[in-house]
Parts: sequence; C-alpha cells; structure tokens
Amino acid sequence: MTQTDLARPRSLSNSLSTFLYQRPRFVMTLLLVPPLLWLGIIYLGSLFTLLAQSFFSIDDFTAQTIYEPTLATYARLFTATNLNIIFRTLAMASVVTIISGIIAFPLAYYIARFASGRMKALFYVAVMLPLWSNYLVRVYAWKLILAKEGAIHWSINSLGLGPVLDWILTLPVVEGSSLSTSYIGTTLTFVYIWLPFMVLPIQAAIERVPRSLLEASSDLGARPNETFRKVIFPLAIPGIAAGSIFTFSLTLGDYIIPQLIGSSRPFIGQAVYQFQGTAGDIPMAAAFAMVPIVIMAVYLAIAKRMGAFDAL
Amino acid sequence: MTTASGTAAVSFQNVSRHYGAVKAVDAVSFDIREGEFFAMLGPSGSGKTTCLRLIAGFEQPTDGHVIVHGIDMNGVPPYDRDVNTVFQDYALFPHMSVLDNVAYGLMIRKVPTGQRRKQAEEMLEMVALGGFGGRKPSQLSGGQRQRVALARALVNHPKVLLLDEPLGALDLKLREQMQVELKAIQRRVGITFVYVTHDQGEALSMSDRVAVFNQGKIEQLASPTELYEKPATTFVAGFVGISNLLEGAAARAVTGTEQACSIRPEKIHLERSGVAIPADAMTARGRVSSILYLGANTRYEVALEGGGELTVTLQNREAHAEPAEGETVQLWWEARHLMRFAR
Repeated sequence: MTQTDLARPRSLSNSLSTFLYQRPRFVMTLLLVPPLLWLGIIYLGSLFTLLAQSFFSIDDFTAQTIYEPTLATYARLFTATNLNIIFRTLAMASVVTIISGIIAFPLAYYIARFASGRMKALFYVAVMLPLWSNYLVRVYAWKLILAKEGAIHWSINSLGLGPVLDWILTLPVVEGSSLSTSYIGTTLTFVYIWLPFMVLPIQAAIERVPRSLLEASSDLGARPNETFRKVIFPLAIPGIAAGSIFTFSLTLGDYIIPQLIGSSRPFIGQAVYQFQGTAGDIPMAAAFAMVPIVIMAVYLAIAKRMGAFDAL
Repeated sequence: MTTASGTAAVSFQNVSRHYGAVKAVDAVSFDIREGEFFAMLGPSGSGKTTCLRLIAGFEQPTDGHVIVHGIDMNGVPPYDRDVNTVFQDYALFPHMSVLDNVAYGLMIRKVPTGQRRKQAEEMLEMVALGGFGGRKPSQLSGGQRQRVALARALVNHPKVLLLDEPLGALDLKLREQMQVELKAIQRRVGITFVYVTHDQGEALSMSDRVAVFNQGKIEQLASPTELYEKPATTFVAGFVGISNLLEGAAARAVTGTEQACSIRPEKIHLERSGVAIPADAMTARGRVSSILYLGANTRYEVALEGGGELTVTLQNREAHAEPAEGETVQLWWEARHLMRFAR
C-alpha cells in the first residue's frame, strides 16, 4: 500500500475535524466557555451582587441605600423578631425533612429492592407525577383540601373525630382555626411538594447496593434486620443526605407555601420578599438571604463530618 | 438424619432447581468429602453456580435434599448455615475498613471487640495482608480484595468454604500465584473447599476431585488425572484440555468403527515419511495443513487421508527438523491413549 492510498480528499470539514481532533484541550475549552460564562456571570455574579448588598445599610429617613461597608444590617438580623423568623423556618425545614425521610425511605426501599418492570415504572410515575403540574396550582389545591370546609375536615368530621382534630388544633404551636391556617397544614403541604426530591436520591442509593453485598452479609450470619442496619442503611445514608439537602434547603427558601397555608407568622422567604418589596430595604433582604446559605453550609459540613458522603 | 457416607461434608440427593421451564440443576446426586478441595467445572449456564448457591442457601432446591454435615438444609436460611462464601465480585462492604470487613461475621456472632480484632488481624496475616486492616476496600488492588474476601470467610471457621470463580477477575500471573496460595491455605486450614470455575486448568491444578457440569447434570465426577486421561463423555473430553474428537466417517477412517473416540494432541507422534513405526501402534497418514509455533511446543493441524483432521502437539525439546506445511506425514499413537465413548 502506498502513501497516496491513505490520503483522503481534503474538504474543509475534513481538515476542520483533523484540526479539532489534534487539539482536545481546545475543543474542551470551546465547549466549556458558554456554561462557565453563564455560571460565573449570571449565576454566581448576580448572587454575589445580591450578597454584597447585605454589607450596605439603609438610611432610615430617606430610605436610600448607603453604599458604605458596614455590619449594621447584619446586627439587625439579631433582633428578637428576626431571630424568631429564622428559628421558625429552621424548625419547619427540620420537621419537613424528618417527615419526608420517614415517608420516603420505605417507599424508596421498595422501589429499589422489590418492584420490577411495570410496578417500578408505575411507582416512578406516581412519585414524579406531582412535579408535572404547576407548583402554585398544587399549593392552592392543598389550601382547599385543608380548609375548614375541605376534604380532610369533612372526612374527619364524618368519622366523628371532629372534636379530636379541634383539640389538636388548640395545642400550643399548632394553634389554628383549621388545618389550612395551622402549622400542620404548612408541614403537610411542604412534605407533599418536596417528597419526590427525597424519594429519588434514596432510591438511587439503595439501588446501587449490589445484591452480592446483601448475600455476603447473610452468608456471614447476619439476619435480615442486621443486614439492614449494618449494610443497607449505612449505604443509603448518602442518598438520605442528598434528599435532605433538597427538602431542607427548599423549605428554607420557600415563601409561597407559608404565605398561603398556615398561620400568618412569616418565614425567611417571606421576610426577604417583604424587605425587598414593600419595605424597599434591599440590604436587609440580602442579609436575610444569607441566612439559608449559611445554614446550608453548616448543614453540609455536619453531614460531611458524620460521614454522609463516605460511601459515595 | 443419617447419610450413606458418614464423612460427606456436603451431599446432594436428587437435587433439582428449576426456573420455570429451565432446569438449571436437574436431579443431581453427589457427595463432597470432608476436607477435600472439590471443583465444580462447567461452561456458563451449566448449573455449577446454582449448586454452589444451593449449598450457601441463596437458592432452595425445587426438589431433593442438600445435606451439609448430616443436616438437611432445606428451608434453612443462609445466615443459619455453617458455610461461608467467597464471592466472584468479592462483595466487600465499601463503607467498612478492611479489618471490619474481616471481623463482620464475628461481630454478628457477638464476639467481644478485642477478641474479634485479634482474630481478624491474624487472618489478614495469613492472607499476607497484615497491616492493611485500616484501609478501605476501594484502596486495595483486585488481588488484595480477593484475599480480604477469603479472610472474611475463613475467619468464621466454616465447615465448608464456597468459592464462586474467585480468581476470574485477576490477570493471568496473579491467578496462577493465587492458585498455589489457595491450595496451600486449604491444606493448612483443612476446611472443605468447594470451588466453582469455568477454567479447566484451574480445576485440574488445584482440586482433589472435579465434577464436570453440563446442562444441569454432572457429566463426570473424578480426580483431575482420571478426568483428563479417561474422560467419560465426549463433552468432558472436549471441555477438559484439548482433544481430537473423531466421529462418523473420520472415526471409521482411523479406528475402523464409527464409534466416537478422541485422542489428546500430545499423545500423537508425528513422523516424516519413511520412519519405522512400532508394529502395535495405531496409525494415520495426512498432510500438514497448518503449523502454529507456541514457544514451548508447536501445534500441527494434519488433514487425514481418510477424512477428518487431527491436532498434534510436539514439544520443542530441541530444534528438530520440522515438517513443512503441505508435507505428508505419518501419525501414530499407542492404542491405550485412544478414548472411546458410548455417546
């Protein structure tokens, strides 16, 4: 075979292919520039601009932002009212995360280990289905379901358990005239809305555990409950951690659900909304926006410390 | 329950395992003696792994009984059986240290922490992994993981150790080294080893006895020598080592009858024309159709004059005048090396 046999006709696209093939780094750069610009400027850039605002303050008389670095705005976070908002949100996010975890784990476990074929597809659709409809529609639907005249109150009253529900609604913290105006309603709605984000990562984590590991555990004398505690659960923890990051952070930042359902006491998201809107206090809104970010950073640090990501 | 043989470590009594219409294991009966290195050899899907899983308890027989040390294991879950398994993919727990992996069985049996650490460390020493206890399985090489899996099973002193193609994922050099080590460890601990493999070389080199599986049944159960020298069926002759299988017209041309027979390539002498041949030898004439030089030996394909083809292997003990491709040669072998089969 001679050299000329190997040479192919040189078209423009041909030489371009050769040019790119010989420069993989250049190709990678070409591909990465648009997403990096998006991530760097639009995504992180706007976030940092927002957060930078938190180090400015507002003039009480003119309502103008004073562009001088100060920690005065942060100091205002630590008033009793604002701390209450932060603790209320934190407590709600924790409760929602725990309940989501308790409901999601058995479901995820079943989907991952037992369901197969059509059953598995059915469960996937069932878990994902709520995500296909509009968030606001679903929240308003829950407002109706939870209302005094709604389906839940009606069902419970029909069963003759009305007094029990009324008694529960008079308990401290819960207090509300109906489910839709109590923290119970807020919690239920949050759990409903965020549950898929907890189910899917846990299911993925459990699915990744090879069958042979369970057989090995059983082979070494472990009963099913021991295998669960020593092998399955530890290996599912990264999934639980991932899911809880979703439910926790999404609850921390949400401002629509607590506004529509539950007591009128504000959460962090509502505070941000009010400060930047009605009050026109951008620095304070920015300072409040920092709170969930700091909480999540601490949360992730603790999760990492506890080895949540070791099995990744 | 009393068994026919008091010394059987494992006894299969008419055991079947069916998956719907598929007979993975089909009415199999055999005994594994206490303390022996027993191999189950066969192609994939032959039922050997299912038999191993029946002993481990991951599968239950559709019919028949699996008896381990005199106790009928039907209905007994894996965690209540005194057998341990070395898995093909090692199945080490990724979230535990190597030491915790090895100590897992002891921990489950509530052996005190100090004692189980000591035993696990001793076992790691035995598999030449002393000092590796603090690492995670992901930090080990394939061969090291294999040893950890072995240590994790052996630390429990099982009555029977089951090994499911444990060397399958290792490269050739390491595999040969591990074969020697496994054999040595088995001699040292004296535990019955049941070893599943599709590699006939592995089965021959390590085992006391080998059961050759095909389509859910045992074709032959014998010592490696017997298996190689006196295969019971054409399947065994073809699966264990290289064999020249002669059937029909080819068989008639060589032996005079159409009964299937076979002869090992290394048993055949190859002579260039005009060399004297012992009077009582069996002979055939043919033309060299291809020559494959393999270093230690050379493999010749000889097309016989009466039809059919024979593979002949000659040791390259010294540089000899090899026949060339296309040359007519005389083949001969001692009659006792010809293996005849009923089927």
